[in-house]
Amino acid sequence: MDWQSWLIGTVSRALAFGTPLLWGTLGEIYTERAGVVNLGVEGMMILGAFSAFAVAQTTGHPGLGVLIAAVVGGAAAVLHAFLTVTLRANQYVSGLALSLFGLGLAGLLGRGWEGIPLRQPLPNVTIPGLSRIPVLGPMLFQGQSVLTYAGLFLAVVLWVLLYRTRWGISVRSVGESPSTADALGVNVFLVRYLCVGFGGLLAGVAGGFLSVAYRPAWTEGMTAGMGWIVIALTIFAAWDPLQAVWGAFLFGGLYHLSFRLQEFVAPELLKLMPYAFAILVLALTGLGKARRRWGAPGALGLPYTRGER
Amino acid sequence: MLANDRVTLELRAGEVHALLGENGAGKTTLMNILYGLYRPDSGEILIRGVPTQIHSPRDAIAHGIGMVHQHFKLVFPHTVAENVALGLKRTPFWAPIRVVERKLRELSERYGLPVDPGSRVWELSAGEQQRVEILKALYRGAEILILDEPTSVLTPQEATELFKVLLRMKAEGHVVVFITHKLGEVMEVADRVTVMRRGRAVGTVAVAGTDKAELARMMVGREVVFRLSKGKCMPGEEALLVQDLWARNDRGLHAVRGVSLRVCRGEILGIAGVAGNGQRELVETITGLRRAERGRVVVLGRDLTNRSARAVADVGVAHIPEERLRMGIVPGMAVEDNLILKRHHRPPFSWGPFLRLREVRRFAQESIVGYDIMTPAARAPAKLLSGGNIQKLILARELSGEPGLIVAAHPTYGLDVGATEQVRRYLLGGREKGVGVLLVSEDLEEIMELSDRIAVMFRGEIMGVVPAAEANLEEIGLMMAGERRLAPQP
Repeated sequence: MDWQSWLIGTVSRALAFGTPLLWGTLGEIYTERAGVVNLGVEGMMILGAFSAFAVAQTTGHPGLGVLIAAVVGGAAAVLHAFLTVTLRANQYVSGLALSLFGLGLAGLLGRGWEGIPLRQPLPNVTIPGLSRIPVLGPMLFQGQSVLTYAGLFLAVVLWVLLYRTRWGISVRSVGESPSTADALGVNVFLVRYLCVGFGGLLAGVAGGFLSVAYRPAWTEGMTAGMGWIVIALTIFAAWDPLQAVWGAFLFGGLYHLSFRLQEFVAPELLKLMPYAFAILVLALTGLGKARRRWGAPGALGLPYTRGER
Repeated sequence: MLANDRVTLELRAGEVHALLGENGAGKTTLMNILYGLYRPDSGEILIRGVPTQIHSPRDAIAHGIGMVHQHFKLVFPHTVAENVALGLKRTPFWAPIRVVERKLRELSERYGLPVDPGSRVWELSAGEQQRVEILKALYRGAEILILDEPTSVLTPQEATELFKVLLRMKAEGHVVVFITHKLGEVMEVADRVTVMRRGRAVGTVAVAGTDKAELARMMVGREVVFRLSKGKCMPGEEALLVQDLWARNDRGLHAVRGVSLRVCRGEILGIAGVAGNGQRELVETITGLRRAERGRVVVLGRDLTNRSARAVADVGVAHIPEERLRMGIVPGMAVEDNLILKRHHRPPFSWGPFLRLREVRRFAQESIVGYDIMTPAARAPAKLLSGGNIQKLILARELSGEPGLIVAAHPTYGLDVGATEQVRRYLLGGREKGVGVLLVSEDLEEIMELSDRIAVMFRGEIMGVVPAAEANLEEIGLMMAGERRLAPQP
């Protein structure tokens, strides 16, 4: 095959593969910016994927499916917020539980739906004009999902919100120093609930994208560990929505390559690639100097109690 | 515990009102009530004659009350302007920073509080961070500004600058409440002073009509301020020798930069300096908790550079760490277990892999009686003890087993008068017995009172070492601000 069509195919699939990663990562960035770690992304994604498929299949409206997926993901995240923000449970344990719970519940409910193709998938779009640019056109503007472009737009909006608005200052301060925010009249609990819930919303959309757009069918465990890649990407992006964009698409490319190269390299090895890369990224960002520059939110993972100094 | 007992405090517009009292007298509690952080059990607050309910800091801010806490409430990775903008309702939603920066420059100018709105808070000195806190309150329209121990993080010169700002605020009609336990500051800057003792307001007097002796009497509740007697210093052999020591802080920056020190047996060397100038890192490097990058640490004749904390302890170094709860004790463990922590792995407390509980209990009983540790039981968790008793527990553990060197960091910080006196007496007792003492403290009076020689640390370097008998406050203040006085001694 000639290199040009190979490149076009790879980049174009990297965008598609990267889309759920981008949505998930944007959500986790907001969650963690408010000081809460949510390891339940995998669970929220799979719940989103299942509910999106079920709703789209029964109603015939894939858009409605994605919407419901967002609500389900958000609801699961609010449960996490209740446990960790209100009851001050350990965030890591609660998040892991949420992941396992989500995988189990989706597997159970999805038994009768396994392997049925979706009757009406979310249509892909081709942007008129732009798609006719040579090479770049088919690479970026042909046959992509609306959610891919929406994710890109969302990344920009979330960046502006985080760094250029009053809200952004509140969110970031709550994650860095909740006692300071509290002393200045910011409602720490409300901000944390909103950010965690919003993160779940986006994770739900990410899952919905998988089952109604990317591969319009329901398979048990179809998120295939993407939720964990999202956690690594959040760190990789240094909690910055714009950096999440290229991080997500880079990992999307790796995912795609792990399928593409199967004729040449052992598939098991290739499937390891994104995860091996994630470990590498975490190791690099954890190293002394990089860690400081990268700068995780100061109060990340710590429950907040008023009156403790 | 009852922290405030029927306190009445009256503030007048355009005055600097000092709130004077020992640690634990209830000053901060009173102000936290005014700022809406604590709720009073009874009593009322009147602002301009109107009874007012203050349920939260937000209410307090709305009523024109601002507070600068002793431990700054700042978001350190953020810029000055972002810190000021946090929680502000009246700024535009989009790009609030530009508006804030403009108004911040005006306020800086008007009150003489220079600070760059664009710089990040962690890059600023403690004095500048305090200015940010004051600006934050002024921006919110604070008419009553409460400052909790504002000079504790400042050099004497920075403190003088702060006082000028306070006078300016007074001239603009603000009320400044100044919490302190330092008499000199009250005399210098306050118009009136309310003295607190054990949760009660002892009295309010005009500064012009009183003197230090009277205030001290009101504060401590007895005629003479206690002074510890100290025998003549007879330095013996070397207990600690530090040569050209370099170490980094947690951020990876050099915090100890070529420090050389010598502490003899039977001598107390005090290390003065504003917090954050490398004292913590120096102590940790000596006690084996932090890696030395260069240089040597010799304790009692043995080279212990970069040896483990256990190796250092085994040679006979007692460490009284600055963070009692985090590094001094295991809070959830019993008092008796905490008492043997350093020696639990050796006879008489252990027999092979087993603990000899009878020995542990015997030692605990001895220590509790000998050091007068007030604890409900030897098996009670150490976290139930008061700060003073936790410190006595640490002393009992560290001073058991005949140390040759005591490294004490802020040993009386936050303790009440009685406990402070006791801790100081133990340090002096060690000195009499020929133990070398390295005393790190921010409390200049404590350093002056206890030390035989005083070294001043600034940005990781020793600015000079002077005999305590010849030291004067102004000279030490200049060294604390970075003026080198003497070539560092070997």
